[in-house]
Amino acid sequence: MKFQSQSVAMPYFIAALGLFVGQIIFGLIMGLQYVMGDFLFPEIPFNVARMVHTNLLIVWLLFGFMGAAYYLVPEEAETELHSPKLALALFWIFLVAGALTIVGYLSVPYARLAELTGNELLPTMGREFLEQPTITKAGIVVVALGFLYNLGMTVLKGRKTVINTVLMIGLVGLAVMFLFSFYNPDNLVRDKFYWWYVVHLWVEGVWELILGAILAFVLIKTTGVDREVIEKWLYMIIAMALITGILGTGHHFYWIGTPEYWQWLGSIFSAMEPVPFFMMTLFAFNMVNKRRREHPNKAAVLWAMGTGVMAFLGAGVWGFLHTLAPVNYYTHGTQITASHGHMAFYGAYAMIVMSIISYAMPHLRGRVANSNKAQVTEMWGFWLMTVSMVFITLFLTGAGILQVWMQRYTDMPLPFMVVQDKIAIFYWLREVAGVTFMAGLVVYLCSFFVGNDQNATDDFAKAMSKQRELETATAE
Amino acid sequence: MNETFTKSMARNIFYGGSLFFILVFIGLTFHTERVLPERDHRENITPEVVLGKKVWEENNCIGCHSLLGEGAYYAPELGNVYKRFGNSTEAIIGFIKSRPAEGIPNRRSMPQFNLSDEELKAVAEFLKWTSEVNTSNWPPNIQG
Repeated sequence: MKFQSQSVAMPYFIAALGLFVGQIIFGLIMGLQYVMGDFLFPEIPFNVARMVHTNLLIVWLLFGFMGAAYYLVPEEAETELHSPKLALALFWIFLVAGALTIVGYLSVPYARLAELTGNELLPTMGREFLEQPTITKAGIVVVALGFLYNLGMTVLKGRKTVINTVLMIGLVGLAVMFLFSFYNPDNLVRDKFYWWYVVHLWVEGVWELILGAILAFVLIKTTGVDREVIEKWLYMIIAMALITGILGTGHHFYWIGTPEYWQWLGSIFSAMEPVPFFMMTLFAFNMVNKRRREHPNKAAVLWAMGTGVMAFLGAGVWGFLHTLAPVNYYTHGTQITASHGHMAFYGAYAMIVMSIISYAMPHLRGRVANSNKAQVTEMWGFWLMTVSMVFITLFLTGAGILQVWMQRYTDMPLPFMVVQDKIAIFYWLREVAGVTFMAGLVVYLCSFFVGNDQNATDDFAKAMSKQRELETATAE
Repeated sequence: MNETFTKSMARNIFYGGSLFFILVFIGLTFHTERVLPERDHRENITPEVVLGKKVWEENNCIGCHSLLGEGAYYAPELGNVYKRFGNSTEAIIGFIKSRPAEGIPNRRSMPQFNLSDEELKAVAEFLKWTSEVNTSNWPPNIQG
């Protein structure tokens, strides 16, 4: 850690991982409800569990992005953060607001929550992923403004780097697009149209800038490759992300009442959306191959490379699978969508947050890298979670293919619930994979408590002397 | 990437390309808004349909169902439920009303939302209006 104020990132990372655990617990509950329909009914009906699952995901990723920004912006700008106090105050505001919202979801019926929070004054609730009470949404905007002000002032007084610029564009874009969540027209078609301005232009737009910037930062630090090279890659990746992703929004405008030319535009542009993700994979592997140093934090390098691969598979390949309009006609709103959603969010966004945590957390705890034992534990967590997610995705894809066939494609289409019963075996398998994911998460969390400072120092010294030997050997 | 392709070229592609496509997207948004009335039949959005959308939202129906394919995939698609239920708002009302409060053993069951008669009628009218939106012939069949 080069600047004292970077330490405000620590509570953000801890909160992110805590909420991540909550997300997975509710994921397991939902997975069970898929096969045991009356599980926790009527105390926690599926819609409530899902709302908690998806909202926790969004909130923990936001905590992760904020922690990443507070860590890397001062280091890039080579100056202290404008106001660490503001960053800490916003942390508590965001955490309390988030916790209260989740408690609200779980303790009162949703309609009652809408009433209590005055939804009728400005109705924004009850839309997928944007279920938060209007007052929570307003709180998110306040936190985002304070956050951007704090970072903006830091960037302005310090060194200007491409990573900081790209990260800031991404974060400003995130805040600006979120404003569309306050717009809820009475006309469902228009409601859906602008809803995607938040959802699509986040995850297939500005979030990719944030992802790219964090990935570039971790790669610069761990590989020591020349900044010029990394920055050129970063620009190309985010250029492709926005060039394909903006009109790629059209792949959501096929069947919601919008004009039919979107079927062409959406198909063509979203078919190219895997390109920036493929470039991220090439980027990560190329930089690691060209590395000029052996960074002792192997786990962080693994996370960075993993992000590239899994983002490409989940967002790129699984997205392409059902993005063309003639295919999407049959797959729209089936388990195929769910399979893509799971691997894309994990591969792109959950993994990039764990990459920066993996790199930054040892520094925040006063070491360059964790002890070997801690890193090995962390890598076990990486593989368990990642492989489990691959299986979750494959099982949901299997369920989706059968669902499409039986419910959508044959001459004698079967009712939704009949089909659900027939594909239950895939939901059981998904739940098993979900449990192993949870086990992986526990192992990952344990890695933070394995090995002490002395182990870390010893292992670091060993790694350094080994590298010096190697360097002398190559020099001779 | 070779040396003739410089960082500033990459930067210009990013800014230029993004700006261009943002402008195209804004233009298409205006065009979509202009032609939407022919497809969404907004002339049929009565105050009752508006109330129905509010009931839909405030009970978080999207948390289990999909509507025009978007939402959760735990319960049936409702964009065409009006047609699936034999073009009957009464059938929709009857279904919502009759959900057992304690659920059905071992089965997925819709919660009992205790909606008023006015709310029931409104949400049914909202689903009827939704089923009449021109969705380019989606879903492929009546099962949704």
